[in-house]
Amino acid sequence: MGHRVLTLDTRASAESYGESARPRMGFFTDTSLCIGCKACEVACKEWNHVPADVPEFSGKSYDNTLSLGANTWRHVAFVEQRKPVGAEAAAEDLVEAAERANAVDGFGIQTYQDGDGVRWLMSSDVCKHCTSAACLDVCPTGALFRTEFGTVVVQDDVCNGCGYCVPACPFGVIDRREDDGRVWKCTLCYDRLRDDMEPACAHACPTDSIQFGELDELRERAERRLERMAEAGQTEARLYGADPEDGVDGFGAFFLLLDEPEVYGLPPDPVATTRDVGQVWTGVLAGAAALGAGIAAAVFGRRR
Amino acid sequence: MGSNMAECHPVGFQWVVEAKERGAKVIHIDPRYTRTSAAADLHVPLRAGSDIAFLGGVINYILENGREFREYVEEYTNARAIIREDFQDTEDLDGLFSGWDPDTRTYDPESWGYAGADHGQWATSGEQTHGAHGVELERGELPREDETLEDPNCVFQILKRHFSRYTPEVVEALCGVPAETFLKVAETLCDNSGRERTSAFVYSVGWTQHTVGVQYIRSAAIVQLLLGNQGRPGGGILALRGHANIQGSTDIPTLYNILPSYIPMPEPREEPTLATFAEMQGPSTGAWAELRSYTTSLLKAWWGDAATKDNDFCFGRIPKIDGDHSNYATMLRMLDDEVKGFFVVGENPAVGSANGKLQRLAMAHLDWLVVRDTNMIETATFWCDSPEIETGELSPEEIGTEVFFMPAAAHTEKDGTFTNTQRLLQWHHKAVEPPEECRSELHFFFHLGRKIREKLADSSEDRDRGVLDLTWDYPTLGEHAEPDAETILQEINGRNLETGELIRAYDELKDDGSTSSGSWLHTGIYADGVNQSARKKPGREQTWVAPEWAWSWPKNQRIMYNRASADPEGRPWSERKKYMWWDAEKDCWTGFDSPDFTRDKAPDYVPPEDARGLAALTGREPFIVHPDGLGWLFAPSGVVDGPLPTHYEPQESPFENPLYTQQQNPTRQLYDRAANPYNPSLSEVFPYVLTSYRLTEHHTAGGMSRTIGYLSELQPELFCEVSPQLAAERDLVHGDWATIVTTRTAIEARVLVTDRLKPLEVQGRAVNQVGLPYHWGQRGIVTGDSVNDLFSLALDANVHIQEVKAATCEVLAGRRPRGRALLEFVDEYRRKAGVTGHGS
Amino acid sequence: MSPRERAMVPRADPQSYYGQPVLKQPVWAPEVPFYFFAGGMAGASAGLAFAAGLRGNSELERRAWSVALVGLAVSPPLLISDLGRPERFLNMLRMFKVSSPMSVGSWILAAFGGATTVAAGSELTGLYPAAGALAKPVAAALGMPLATYTAGLLANTSVPVWHGARHTLPFVFAGGSAASAGAAATIATGLGSAAPARRLAVGGALAAVGAAFVMERSLGEIGEPYHEQAAGKLTRAAGALNLAGAALIAARGRRSRKAAIAGGALITAGVIAERWAVFRAGFQSAADPKYTVGPQRARVERGESRGAARRAGASNVGSVSESV
Ligand SMILES: Nc1nc2c(c(=O)[nH]1)N[C@H]1C(S)=C(S)[C@@H](COP(=O)(O)OP(=O)(O)OC[C@H]3O[C@@H](n4cnc5c(=O)[nH]c(N)nc54)[C@H](O)[C@@H]3O)O[C@H]1N2
Ligand SMILES: Nc1nc2c(c(=O)[nH]1)N[C@H]1C(S)=C(S)[C@@H](COP(=O)(O)OP(=O)(O)OC[C@H]3O[C@@H](n4cnc5c(=O)[nH]c(N)nc54)[C@H](O)[C@@H]3O)O[C@H]1N2
Ligand code: SF4
Ligand code: SF4
Ligand code: SF4
Ligand code: SF4
Ligand code: SF4
Ligand SMILES: [Mo]
Repeated sequence: MGHRVLTLDTRASAESYGESARPRMGFFTDTSLCIGCKACEVACKEWNHVPADVPEFSGKSYDNTLSLGANTWRHVAFVEQRKPVGAEAAAEDLVEAAERANAVDGFGIQTYQDGDGVRWLMSSDVCKHCTSAACLDVCPTGALFRTEFGTVVVQDDVCNGCGYCVPACPFGVIDRREDDGRVWKCTLCYDRLRDDMEPACAHACPTDSIQFGELDELRERAERRLERMAEAGQTEARLYGADPEDGVDGFGAFFLLLDEPEVYGLPPDPVATTRDVGQVWTGVLAGAAALGAGIAAAVFGRRR
Repeated sequence: MGSNMAECHPVGFQWVVEAKERGAKVIHIDPRYTRTSAAADLHVPLRAGSDIAFLGGVINYILENGREFREYVEEYTNARAIIREDFQDTEDLDGLFSGWDPDTRTYDPESWGYAGADHGQWATSGEQTHGAHGVELERGELPREDETLEDPNCVFQILKRHFSRYTPEVVEALCGVPAETFLKVAETLCDNSGRERTSAFVYSVGWTQHTVGVQYIRSAAIVQLLLGNQGRPGGGILALRGHANIQGSTDIPTLYNILPSYIPMPEPREEPTLATFAEMQGPSTGAWAELRSYTTSLLKAWWGDAATKDNDFCFGRIPKIDGDHSNYATMLRMLDDEVKGFFVVGENPAVGSANGKLQRLAMAHLDWLVVRDTNMIETATFWCDSPEIETGELSPEEIGTEVFFMPAAAHTEKDGTFTNTQRLLQWHHKAVEPPEECRSELHFFFHLGRKIREKLADSSEDRDRGVLDLTWDYPTLGEHAEPDAETILQEINGRNLETGELIRAYDELKDDGSTSSGSWLHTGIYADGVNQSARKKPGREQTWVAPEWAWSWPKNQRIMYNRASADPEGRPWSERKKYMWWDAEKDCWTGFDSPDFTRDKAPDYVPPEDARGLAALTGREPFIVHPDGLGWLFAPSGVVDGPLPTHYEPQESPFENPLYTQQQNPTRQLYDRAANPYNPSLSEVFPYVLTSYRLTEHHTAGGMSRTIGYLSELQPELFCEVSPQLAAERDLVHGDWATIVTTRTAIEARVLVTDRLKPLEVQGRAVNQVGLPYHWGQRGIVTGDSVNDLFSLALDANVHIQEVKAATCEVLAGRRPRGRALLEFVDEYRRKAGVTGHGS
Repeated sequence: MSPRERAMVPRADPQSYYGQPVLKQPVWAPEVPFYFFAGGMAGASAGLAFAAGLRGNSELERRAWSVALVGLAVSPPLLISDLGRPERFLNMLRMFKVSSPMSVGSWILAAFGGATTVAAGSELTGLYPAAGALAKPVAAALGMPLATYTAGLLANTSVPVWHGARHTLPFVFAGGSAASAGAAATIATGLGSAAPARRLAVGGALAAVGAAFVMERSLGEIGEPYHEQAAGKLTRAAGALNLAGAALIAARGRRSRKAAIAGGALITAGVIAERWAVFRAGFQSAADPKYTVGPQRARVERGESRGAARRAGASNVGSVSESV
């Protein structure tokens, strides 16, 4: 079915599927509800038979798998923070720092707490299933394709390991597996979706931090959630990737974060660079023309 | 408090998250800032081992400010009971209660009794602690009481005096919790208790694993009774249990001192016959009054027709208890060559039990060892790969122990139940056949019993009749002849032996041998011939109490003592907290749950003169397992280390007990010997507080997680959590190695320096705490030193649990010495601390 | 940050997650920059050969076609061995995707390969002159984009230093290709007929260096990698080698065959170094989150973009991090 989507426009749209088109499915990962249990990370590996590779102790809080990659399709980030107000000044004394700061009153979870100077952010990251997916745009073989659910999936029987999608992804999600030569990433459990099952990670999440559903519905839910949190004074909450206007025309899997994206290792203003492919070709052709001209000049240019 | 719920019970924690979303306040009181703290409104760090002081402070705050739920306290608790004149408090005796015998290091609880009650014969020995059994009361009435709660000898006044010393200042000095933070907690708790609101305590082994563990929980019980949070929705003290079925293994026990449903093991001397046993262990009022019926039915379930009135229903066949045969006591006997053979089933003591080295040395003294496990674990391979091989203390050549490893079937490979923290029995069906030689416990023990009986078949020895007369005829299924689990569940449920019908509730059990039941609390689990535990009706298709999901003992009650959810007249305390109430039209108790109170007992019921058992309790006495039907603010019996909790320092502590000259719990169990030395209190050699705990990513001794790549990669190495200040004091480098030392041994761990641990100011000086997850051992995909090698055997006298939540240690930068050098290294520290390890 | 703070779980860094890269490093092997070189040389040589043919410089024409053929011959092996699944290299031609320079490039290379084989073949063997005559202009025409599409291939990724150079990098590659073709022909052709080749070599080398200079300037801060570590060294080496070679050829290439060959060699080395510089710079640029986050954050702060994060009610312009 790869061939149905070999149009030049690879943006998320079910059109190319005609009859078999389905509503666009995605994730709303509400990190304010995450307890860092990593059930999502493990469930994903269990279901998709992703190999385990045992790392060394990282010292980066409770995170030892460190980032998304060929062998980690869900990744839980852990960020230990101190009370922002005057925290650096009172670097050595947490208690004091806590008292000086006026704590955000508890709502949702992972807030700075009264009497304590610490906040521990946990967030489960995943492929964003971009509306405009650079990885898919650049894939020369069509191994990466847009499913009837509007998700972005690699066909491992087509991928020839050219590696082009790897630096194309603005989030550093997709990667090549050393021993195997092909690239791997979240499939949004394409196999489960086709059997009307929810993805393994969402299914395993005990706190509903990972919410799976129709993208439109999830976006509305997220708006309501954001307003509620703002009302409760948790003004640092923000939606990430919920807007179709952003640089990738909206994420299929978007997030509610409690700090700036870069704190979680996410780009603040990701762009599908492939949207500049026009400029790229102009440059290439101009370069080619210049080359032609140069050669002509060298050969026909009259000697002095 | 004392629970890291988000990490250790993540699935259950979803309900906490939901409650919080609905506006509940969540407070986490824990030495460390954990993933639970991150999800809480308030995290209160306190010094490990100081919770009684904290809760004592809460109790004092309640009493000082009159925040108790007065009507609840007056009606439903023993606040009004008058205690004997000769009772003396720790406040009078500098840290001891009356009845202390310095020679046996035990209490005679006689003087703790109700004034005027015949109490003597109920004295509980150090071994037999049967909760509420031991108080004899006429018609379940308090012999002497004072409704006004003014009498200086009434429980309420004793409570006031006892806890008056736990002021916010004392809390601050002991726990390292600033007074204002403490007061914030106390206020929040009181503001959220009463008619309209309830509050719950969640605890786990952060509370139990202390030499005063039981008293930690008693403290919470007192708070909850004073605030009226027991027997009501949203209230209670929730003990989050451990292994998926650990609750089940206490109800139908793998314990040495109780029989199914908490029937005590008979004493050899005082209780030669069923009659004397029932008389001595069972009071004549309350649910335990029927002990004889429960026991008789149990004997009928075990010995069937062989159990007759004439042979005392084979009561004599039950092994009698002659002392402490708890886990650790047995290991110590093993070390002294008094134990020949040992079954280890679903346990990994080489890593999981305190003082790991002692555990392994002890097993090297066995003739034979059987290990049944789903994985090849350290306990089965100690003879070839334990740390003692490296240090030369053990060598495979010299170990005479013959080890048999028997692969076990996992829960997915067998039928059976899990009993969860809420006493909910949930049936699980076999999903796949066990591979190769793996077999279920049921299979193993049934066929082992069968073979033993075959061998004894033509024995004429009387002592063998106990085995030969057992009903051992379970039907088996499949090629492996797996015993049918449901038949066994039916035996547990019990039958009316005349009609052959399955018992519906324990009230039906008789003491004349006409009924059988393997566990009186479980009667009704197979009512109407249906496996009630296998019910899986979705929550959305029933009431919020979801009574049709699985089955909970007793009588499928989801909240125990739920009579207390209504006021004395039987009306809900408030519309908001409506749960059970008296329906005057229908003349019965009704509501969302099934009443654990006699269904048709009216609130104004007054027992007749000769009333026994439950009938002897009035219509307004909810705590039916107690002979007086009241909640015990003061425990006249059942707790061996005192009727009231009070703060003692852990066995190993860098601080003096500022309250009394009595430093530690006087009844704590010590085994001061070469293999089990203790760090001296207040020793500069071991200046840091040491605590141990779990991570979400691993499970207990690691046999179930270090063997799985997907879990191993999440937490590959043992690490210690320390504050930036401690790191500075000892030049620890983040991510590098540290060596943690006690008088037992030294282990190495990676260093995690984090703001989540912080020094606390205790008794005017800063104390740093060192945190260690205890999941690592020699085998598996990821390996590491065993944290339990650091801890000693210092036990709570009630339940013989080890103190692994609060000890002392030294921390050094760098890795530990190897081989013999390690022994010399540790000896050096013993010398420095003046520890001989021979009864210091 | 005080040293003590560094010696612990790093306190939340407002710029990154433990300093880890946001982007994944390219997985491309060393074959790739060599292919950039070989392909560029082949493409430009075809153009040179065709032009020389028109000009009637048959010796130069023959030599240039040979060079084109050599460059062409080594290209596919270099590309295929870089694949994670070499046996599936034909999947490259499974479809034609304008959004993927690699896809288009594969087709160009395939077509160029066909045309050049015929053109060069008939030129060298004298067989099928008609087919050759037809193939030559085609090969020459395809040779130009073959030399520059690789710049587009890099520019079409998220790697800041590559994407930021989408307007300039093609000229760097064009110059380099011209230089390498000219240099090769200069080496391969006798002094008499090599004049155009020398002019191409010199002009190309100067153009390559000039274009690289312009590119680095236009990149601004994200151009930093071109001055640091491996990429820095390679850039300087490329400039020096190209200029030295150009100077040598310009000065003595007309008279001394030795000088011409030496100059050609220097330029060839220069072009290879320049391809490597671009390649390495990409890795360095992807490795440091500041090149990814910095410009994006700046865009948002300047209000040029709303960014992907939006706080309640906020338009999100200039929102400030909690953790600074
Ligand atoms: N993922 C996972 N889940 C598990 C287990 C597992 O190994 N892994 N084990 C299961 C078992 S067997 C059990 S028993 C339960 C145990 O569940 P928990 O009791 O929650 O587990 P712990 O981490 O041992 O201890 C809980 C907390 O007690 C704190 N603590 C230590 N000393 C004190 C103290 O003196 N006072 C207070 N207030 N807190 C203290 C520790 O810092 C720790 O955060 O978990 C069960 N669930
Ligand atoms: N320092 C320190 N020590 C502690 C604690 C602490 O907090 N700190 N916690 C204590 C607590 S609460 C506990 S519960 C203990 C736990 O300590 P242990 O119980 O000794 O350790 P586990 O790893 O839980 O051992 C259970 C074993 O059962 C096996 N198993 C699983 N399923 C089955 C089955 O169906 N049949 C059989 N036969 N085997 C099976 C597993 O593979 C595993 O090896 O540790 C205690 N020790
Ligand atoms: S996040 Fe990266 S891998 Fe995922 S769809 Fe977008 S571009 Fe592709
Ligand atoms: S590596 Fe595979 S998926 Fe990625 S671009 Fe190349 S062919 Fe497509
Ligand atoms: S959706 Fe499926 S593949 Fe994607 S992270 Fe979740 S479990 Fe893994
Ligand atoms: S399963 Fe849910 S709660 Fe657990 S880490 Fe993943 S997202 Fe967070
Ligand atoms: S491991 Fe099992 S028992 Fe423990 S939290 Fe998860 S689901 Fe519940
Ligand atoms: Mo446990």
